Amino acid sequence: MRNITAIAQRELNAYFASPIGYVLIGFFALLFGHFFYVSLWFFERQSMQMGMNPTQSLNMNQMLIGPALMNTTVIMLFLFPLVTMRTYSEEKRSGTIELLLTSPITDIQIILGKFFGAMTLYAAMLAVTLIHIGLLFVYGTPEWKPIVTAYLGLLLMGGSFLSLGLFISSLTKNQIVAAMATFAAFLMLWVISWMSSMFGPTASAVLQYLSIVEHFDDFAKGVIDTKHVIYYVSFMALGLFLTVKSVDSERWRG
Amino acid sequence: MIEVQHVSKKYGPFTAVDDVSFRAESGEILGFLGPNGAGKTTTMRIITGYMPATEGKATVAGYDIFEHPLEAKRRTGYLPETPPLYPDMTVREYLRFVAKIKSVAGNVNDRVDAVMKKTWVADMANRHCAKLSKGYRQRVGLAQALIHEPEVLVLDEPTAGLDPKQIIETRQLIRDLAGTHTIVLSTHILPEVAQTCQKVVIINKGKIVAIDSPDALTERLRGAVTLFVQAQGPADDMQRALQNIAGVVRVNPADVRGDVSSFDVDTETGADVRREVAAAIVRGGWGLLELRPMRMSLEDIFLSLTTEEIESEDLAAEAVVVDHTDGGQANA
Repeated sequence: MRNITAIAQRELNAYFASPIGYVLIGFFALLFGHFFYVSLWFFERQSMQMGMNPTQSLNMNQMLIGPALMNTTVIMLFLFPLVTMRTYSEEKRSGTIELLLTSPITDIQIILGKFFGAMTLYAAMLAVTLIHIGLLFVYGTPEWKPIVTAYLGLLLMGGSFLSLGLFISSLTKNQIVAAMATFAAFLMLWVISWMSSMFGPTASAVLQYLSIVEHFDDFAKGVIDTKHVIYYVSFMALGLFLTVKSVDSERWRG
Repeated sequence: MIEVQHVSKKYGPFTAVDDVSFRAESGEILGFLGPNGAGKTTTMRIITGYMPATEGKATVAGYDIFEHPLEAKRRTGYLPETPPLYPDMTVREYLRFVAKIKSVAGNVNDRVDAVMKKTWVADMANRHCAKLSKGYRQRVGLAQALIHEPEVLVLDEPTAGLDPKQIIETRQLIRDLAGTHTIVLSTHILPEVAQTCQKVVIINKGKIVAIDSPDALTERLRGAVTLFVQAQGPADDMQRALQNIAGVVRVNPADVRGDVSSFDVDTETGADVRREVAAAIVRGGWGLLELRPMRMSLEDIFLSLTTEEIESEDLAAEAVVVDHTDGGQANA
């Protein structure tokens, strides 16, 4: 455990010793701010229209918070390759991988350390969005439970993306290659459900299931379905497992 | 204690290390000599558990590196060819990090301070690794290898990139460490081996060429002395004149430029023929431009070894003699 924390700390250190951490959080804040503003503007306009007809009232969770948080997945798609690209590639390029692999720690500890380091950075990004949500509590009365499940869903989905990015970074010395390949993989997982209408009902169900984003919908609605939790957790486990295997095979190939 | 038994490492059809066996006793310094690409780094990476061997077995401090990697690694300090520094960390932060992952028991700060003092990097404690000079990087790398007080130290070219004063200090440090540590170091500098090591393993093309004490090795190199002679005059006449001097074994023309010729003169062991050579040139009425004993560098020996495909240990001794010509050409 001490080893994992040490590696995770070092990862965080690396993000914030260079401009990367600040730039990522800054742009995340900027983009999320924009999405939030747009969602808020629509919500406001619809509320005005609804105001004419007082029999119905708008649900702030469903109409505003859900879509705004859903939009962070788009930001993840673009920013996460930049988070994970250096995790292994940089160590390989600079030779520090020799230090890690000859230290009395297991590959799994190294990988988990890196994963938790990246997750902490991601959590810091998400923390920015709490400011916006907090403002809603000042001026309105949203329900807090669906917000908590949405954040849980975001963490799980982010973790899945990060584990995949970690794996891709372990395959190459070149950070640009790592970032591009990660972006392509994320995009494929994102759009895979769009193809579902092209095939029969069985294939369509499979493709829908594979899509990493589809599983988030229920979380945003305030539902914790074990089906989705299992999907994300097994996705993360697979990503980390592949990373372990990739690092191990790298040893044999030298 | 380090024991390497019949270790081989293959990359597809390419064999980097071929059936290498050697042993370093506790408290001993073993020097690993060889040209670049000989398999020194690969062997060291196998001993340190960075990569597994294709065949054979390596035991470090009583633990098989493949069967019990964590136990073995806990007892090994490793300085790779490029010191594995994180540019974004200060020296102190970096050493604290290494101390943690090497599971240093007790007070980490005290240990970091002690090791920084030992390797003379304390004055750079708060400087970022990216901003260190090559010499400091190398010494921080050494500090990193020492931090968990390992029984076994594996140092890949520990003095590369240091200035002469630092080289002397580092060698002294390595000698001081020897009593309590088993040390394997690689180098291609012969005097370094002579000054620091008790045992020398010479490796070429992945195979061990010789295992010997440095004294025996140096003796082998001193066996015959070669003189480098450059003179102005007819090349054939001069060569004949040199050949006739008593104590000269062989005269090899090295270079002819216009009427200036260079020769490598191999002499018998213990014979100093410099006076006779000078006299012979003057007697012929030619102009003596240069006369000096040739220094042998280990790299020269390996150059001849690799070009002539000599692999057995017995032939290696002869290669030393043959090598004088190659060395001469390189110098001329």
